[in-house]
Amino acid sequence: MTTTSLTSSRGAGRTGDKVFSAATLAAGCLILAVLFGVALFLVVQAIPALTASPDKIQGGEGFFAYIWPIVVGTLIAAAIALVIATPVAIGVALFISHFAPRRLASGLGYLIDLLAAIPSVVYGAWGAAFLAKEISPAYNWLAGNMGWLPIFHGPASATGKTILTAGIVLSVMVLPIITSLSREIFLQTPKLHEEAALALGATRWEMNRMAVLPFARPGIVSAVMLGLGRALGETMAVALVLSSGALTASLIQSGNQTIAAEIALNFPEASGLQVSTLIAAGLVLFLITLGVNMIARWIITKHKEFSGAN
Amino acid sequence: MSKRIDVKDLNVYYSKFLAVEDVNINIEAKSVTAFIGPSGCGKSTFLRTLNRMHEVIPGARVEGEVLLDGDNLYGPGVDPVTVRSQIGMVFQRPNPFPTMSIRDNVLAGVKLNNQKISKGEADALVERSLQGANLWNEVKDRLGKPGSGLSGGQQQRLCIARAIAVEPQVILMDEPCSALDPISTLAIEDLINDLKDQYTVVIVTHNMQQAARVSDRTAFFNIAGTGKPGKLIEVGDTHTMFSNPAQKATEDYVSGRFG
Repeated sequence: MTTTSLTSSRGAGRTGDKVFSAATLAAGCLILAVLFGVALFLVVQAIPALTASPDKIQGGEGFFAYIWPIVVGTLIAAAIALVIATPVAIGVALFISHFAPRRLASGLGYLIDLLAAIPSVVYGAWGAAFLAKEISPAYNWLAGNMGWLPIFHGPASATGKTILTAGIVLSVMVLPIITSLSREIFLQTPKLHEEAALALGATRWEMNRMAVLPFARPGIVSAVMLGLGRALGETMAVALVLSSGALTASLIQSGNQTIAAEIALNFPEASGLQVSTLIAAGLVLFLITLGVNMIARWIITKHKEFSGAN
Repeated sequence: MSKRIDVKDLNVYYSKFLAVEDVNINIEAKSVTAFIGPSGCGKSTFLRTLNRMHEVIPGARVEGEVLLDGDNLYGPGVDPVTVRSQIGMVFQRPNPFPTMSIRDNVLAGVKLNNQKISKGEADALVERSLQGANLWNEVKDRLGKPGSGLSGGQQQRLCIARAIAVEPQVILMDEPCSALDPISTLAIEDLINDLKDQYTVVIVTHNMQQAARVSDRTAFFNIAGTGKPGKLIEVGDTHTMFSNPAQKATEDYVSGRFG
């Protein structure tokens, strides 16, 4: 091989490239391996519960009868959390990014981030010891005045330890996630588009609706999905707040249970097939989270053409 | 549907810093006025004060008067939102809303303030505005496609269509061709020529040939040095400004001796 001025091999630079690319590849593979390992563990451990005869499963009517009420309970708790947290979080994020004076904005953003630093067991204790008690008069009112709605059917729980209380506690817990992600995305709105809206005679709110919110839409969806992930998987707060029981439509009576809390409460004393049942419940939770994330991806890609990325 | 602008003793500040000093200029209705001058001399800053867009920058403020057919833009009780709906603006880089279709981009300003518009009226307005921006023939088959899929020059004409759809009195253009290729530039220049039949047009440009080609009157801004305020040196008929300006600085600039 002839050596020309172009073939000189500067060894050091190349080595750096190789090390870096190998390291990133290894990190990527590691994630996949861990994910695969967890999935494999869940499936293998869950098989006994899925194949066992129905009368051996807790409740005596098979795995499906056991799992579906707590799946519904999980979804209800997460839905309550998101319904409350999403509008508040987007409002706060917009306020911080586009309306508040700069000094107030940074202080407020810092406070919101602090909410994320509180351990979930503290939220659980607060929900059980304080919020439940304080909120039960409101439940009585709801039962008395809106009891014709199945979700507010009375009599309201005297302790206030209901799925609605759990949902409210969860909403406070997911609020910082959704807020700080949305705020970051709102801040990234190109100045050009904001000015375009203003130059057409838009008010500040119209500018936000015209330029900021559409631009941030995929980001908001991702933020909400991350919040949903936390709400679905949250264990401690729900376990402490909710006085669990059978599935009920009323949100202000005690009852209902979530998968995560069910596993946490029963796992320490479980043995044999019951362990397997709980792990199968964990597998179901895993699948729900996976499904939610895929739906979120789909929503985002559906609007790709108008995302401004092209 | 076009008004004149008279600026009296205007100073523009960024917080304490005086950016543009003591501008007096009359901008005629239904004509094209070009602002030329070296970078950083305050042309764009001054242009933005004509529809209060400078207020987007924290700390920016003005002293003096800008009269739109006699009404002071900075008078008490004047809402900048109203000012901007009468004095439209086209920016340096094309900025159609990426999340909107071509059609929705044109209608963006019209739909503000919750104004209702029937589908027939909207269709007619979209066609009229895009015709007005010389873009209709190129996009009439894909009005539902995103505006960001067009070429740079088409996007800029889309922005002009969006600006004229709200039927402003004045259109301000801040170096509208600086991001465009020569052919797109020519298309925009032709368009500016058509626009002056209906609108008052003010254009900031770095390109002196462009100023000479499109404008009726030219204003020359200059700056004594960094940290000094920009000043309006001279304004006059474009032909005179380029052939026989009154000021030495103007002559040096237009003949390419500096800047």
